[in-house]
Amino acid sequence: MQLQQYAINKDNFEQCIKCTICTVYCPVAAANPDYPGPKQAGPDGERLRLKKANFYDEALKYCINCKRCEVACPSNVRIGDIIQTARIKYSKKKPALRDFILSHTDLVGTLATPFAPLVNTFLDIKPVKKALDRTLKIDHRRSFPGYSSQTFESWYKKQAAEQLQYKTQVSYFHGCYTNYNYPQLGKDLVKVMNACGVGVHLLTKEKCCGVALISNGFLKQAKKQAEVNMHSIRKSVLEDNRPVIATSSSCIFTIRDEYPHLLDIKNSDVRDQVELATRYLYRLFREKGNNLQYNDKKLKVAYHTPCHMEKLGWSYYSMELLRMIPGIELKILSSQCCGIAGTYGFKKENYTTSQEIGSSLFETIEKDDFDYVVTDCETCKWQIEMSTSRKCEHPVSILAKVLK
Amino acid sequence: MKFDTIIIGGGLAGLVCGIKLSQQGQRCVIISSGQSALHFLSGSFDLLNSLPDGTAVENPLTAVKELIPLEPDHPYAKLGEERFKERVKEAERFFSEIGIPLKGNSDKNHYRITPIGTLKRTWLTLSEFITCGNEHTLPWKEIAIFNPVGFLDFYPSFVADELRKTGIQSGIHEFSLPELDNLRRNPSELRSTHIARILDKENNLHSLGEILKEKSGKAEIIILPACLGLSSPEVIKTLEKIVGKPVYLIPTIPPSIAGIRVQQYLKDYFQQLGGIFMMGDSVLKADIKDNLVKKVYSYNHGDIPFESNHVVLATGSYFSRGLIATREEILEPIFNLQVSYLKERKDWYTENIFEPQGYQQFGVATTSEFQGISNGKTIRNLFVAGAILEGFNPIKEGSGGGVSILSALDIADKILKNEWVCNCNNTL
Repeated sequence: MQLQQYAINKDNFEQCIKCTICTVYCPVAAANPDYPGPKQAGPDGERLRLKKANFYDEALKYCINCKRCEVACPSNVRIGDIIQTARIKYSKKKPALRDFILSHTDLVGTLATPFAPLVNTFLDIKPVKKALDRTLKIDHRRSFPGYSSQTFESWYKKQAAEQLQYKTQVSYFHGCYTNYNYPQLGKDLVKVMNACGVGVHLLTKEKCCGVALISNGFLKQAKKQAEVNMHSIRKSVLEDNRPVIATSSSCIFTIRDEYPHLLDIKNSDVRDQVELATRYLYRLFREKGNNLQYNDKKLKVAYHTPCHMEKLGWSYYSMELLRMIPGIELKILSSQCCGIAGTYGFKKENYTTSQEIGSSLFETIEKDDFDYVVTDCETCKWQIEMSTSRKCEHPVSILAKVLK
Repeated sequence: MKFDTIIIGGGLAGLVCGIKLSQQGQRCVIISSGQSALHFLSGSFDLLNSLPDGTAVENPLTAVKELIPLEPDHPYAKLGEERFKERVKEAERFFSEIGIPLKGNSDKNHYRITPIGTLKRTWLTLSEFITCGNEHTLPWKEIAIFNPVGFLDFYPSFVADELRKTGIQSGIHEFSLPELDNLRRNPSELRSTHIARILDKENNLHSLGEILKEKSGKAEIIILPACLGLSSPEVIKTLEKIVGKPVYLIPTIPPSIAGIRVQQYLKDYFQQLGGIFMMGDSVLKADIKDNLVKKVYSYNHGDIPFESNHVVLATGSYFSRGLIATREEILEPIFNLQVSYLKERKDWYTENIFEPQGYQQFGVATTSEFQGISNGKTIRNLFVAGAILEGFNPIKEGSGGGVSILSALDIADKILKNEWVCNCNNTL
C-alpha cells in the first residue's frame, strides 16, 4: 500500500508525530547547537511557515542535506526534503561569490583544466589558502582536490570506437569529479565494464548533476542543468536502449530523487534505468554469473557508507562486489556522516562542525592498517584522505586493481 | 539477493529473532522502515503485570495459567504454558549471553520507577535503572535527585512527591557544566541524547562526579534522569566510583537513551554475526505461490528482489506502520494478512483515555504456530512476531516486551527446526 494516497502533503509532513528520532540521528545537531535539528527545522517549523513565511529561520542553512533524518524516521516523513524546500522557498540570503565558485563545478573545472598543474600547486600554497580564507571564507585548513590536465571526456574520445564492439551497452554519467579531477576512476570503470563484456558510452551532453547548486541556492541554474541531463538520459534509455550508470552516489541520488522532489523535474519514465555501476554489476552477475578473472593481490579494505548511499540503501551492492574478490579482507565501518557534505565542509563557518562530525570515523580508520578505505562518494574521499593517513578509492577502482 | 531468512522490521522482535538465527549460522537480512519503538524504552521489559480483569500479577510464570483460558488468541496462549516458561528462561539467558545485563526474573515481578515517580511492576530492567522488590517500602531514607538545568524531559519534584509516600526524603538539585551551557543555546532541543553525548565524555563525567559528591550531602543514593550512558552503561559505574555512593537512573520522556543503546547494541551484534541490516527501506510487495512467500520487493531495491526460505514479519503496531488504521478498517499493508479487529468503529476506542482501548488489542491473526493467514489460507513460511500480533493488550497487561521477545525466540526455533537446507553459497 502506498501511504502517499492518504497524505495531504507530498513530503508526508502531517505524518510526523514529533517523536524526535530524526534529531537523535542528525550529525549536525550532535556537533553544532546553533542548528535547531531536523524535527524543529523540518515538520515543526513547517507548521509555522505555512502560516507565515517570516517564521523561516536562517539557521536551516546548517542542514547538510545528508537525509539521515529520513532514513531514521519511522513515519516516512521526508524531513530533509521539507528543510531543503523551505530553504529554496523562504531564504532571503543571497549566495556569496564563494558559494558560486564552489558550486559551479563545470565552469570552474573547464577553467582549471588547461592550467591544472599550476592551479594545483597554487591552491596548495599556504599564503594562497590564507588569502582564500580571508577573502572568500573558504577554510584554509581544507585541502583541495587536484585538477587533471586531461579531462575524462577527452581521454574517452579515443576509446569511443573500441567500445562499440561490445554487445551490451551502457551510458556512463561520469560526474564532475571523474571528469575534471580524477579521470582514473572513469578509466577503471571502462576497464571493469569491458571485462564484463559491456561497452561504455557517454551521454550526448552531460552537465553537473546540480547537487552543489541546490545546496548553495542556485535553483535556476540547477534546473537548467537538470533539464539538459534528463534530455540526454531519455535519449540514452528510451531511444538508444542504453541504461545509465554512474560511479558517484550523490550524482545518482540527485538525479533519481532530488530532481523530482526538489526541482520538480519528472523522471519516472526513466528513473529505474538510472543507477550506480555497482548495482548494475550486481544485477549482471546475478543474471549471467560473475566471470571476472581476479589476480592474486591481497587487500585489506574498510568500506565507508556515504550519506546519500545510506539513503539509497545501496551500499549492499558495493559491499557484495567487494566480498566476491578472493584476496580481500573487508571491514564494514558503521554508517555515519564523514562531515564534508559536498561543499559544506569547505566553508570557513562549517569547518569545525565538519571535522567534529567525522572525528569518530577518522579514529576508527586510523586504528587499523587498511590498504584502502573504499567509498562510493568523491567528497567523502576528499574528507577521509585529508583527515586520515589512508588512501580512499571507489569500489570500481578496487575491482580494476584486482582484475587479471 | 538470497538469504535464509528475511526479517521485516528492525525493532526488538526483529533483532532478537535475527540474532538467534544468525547465532545458528543462518544468513539473515533485516529490512527496517526507520528506527524502532525501542527509542521509547522505559529501561525495562514487561512480561505480564496484570490479568485482563486488572488483577495484579506477582508471578508471571504461574499467572499465565489464568491468562490462557481468558485470552485464547493471546500470543502466550499460542505458546502454551510449558513453551511460555521455556521461552521466558531462554530470554533471560539470551540477554545475559549476548552481553546485556538485566536485573529481575520471571518468578517474581519487581518494581521500576516511572518518569513521574510512580512504581510499576516489570520483568527485566537494565542494570543502571533504579528498581525495588516491593511497592510500599524502598530500602532508602534519604536520596538526592539531580537534574541538568533547563532539561524539560524529567520532573524531579514529581518523583520526590511520589517517593515521599513511601517515606523517602529527597533533596532536589540542579547542575550545569560549561559544555551544557553551550547546548542551551538551543533550549527547545535540549534532549537526553544531546546531554548524554556531553556527559559521557571523561572530563565532563569527572566534573559531574565532583558536583554530585559535594551537593548530595548525607543522601544514601543519587538519582539522575537517564541522560547519560549512551555510549555504555559503564559510564554510570565510573560515576559511582567518583562519587563513592550508588548512582541510579530514572527514565525520561523520549528519546530513551537506554532504548537507543539497546537498539544499537543489538543491531551491531546482529551485524557482527554476519547479518545484513537495511535501514530506511520499506517492503512494498511480495510474490506468494503455493501459500509460500517466494520473493519480497522493497522501495530502495526496486526490481532486485529479496529471496529466502522463511520470512518473519515483525513490523510493529500502528506507530511503525505494521498496522494501518483507516476510517473503515485495520490493515496489514505488506501481505494484506488477516487482521483481527472489531468491525464497528465505535468499539475501537472508549472516551476515557485511561481505560483500555479496543484498538490496542487489534493485530494480525495467526495460526497457533504464528504463521500469517491471507484469503483464508495459511502462508506456511511467513511468521509473525511482536507488537503486530493479535490478542493482547500491551498497555493494560504490561506484556509488550515479553510478547516481542518470546514470539521472536519461538519463531526462530521453528525456522531452525524446519527441514532446512543451506543453499546460500550463491548469495546474489
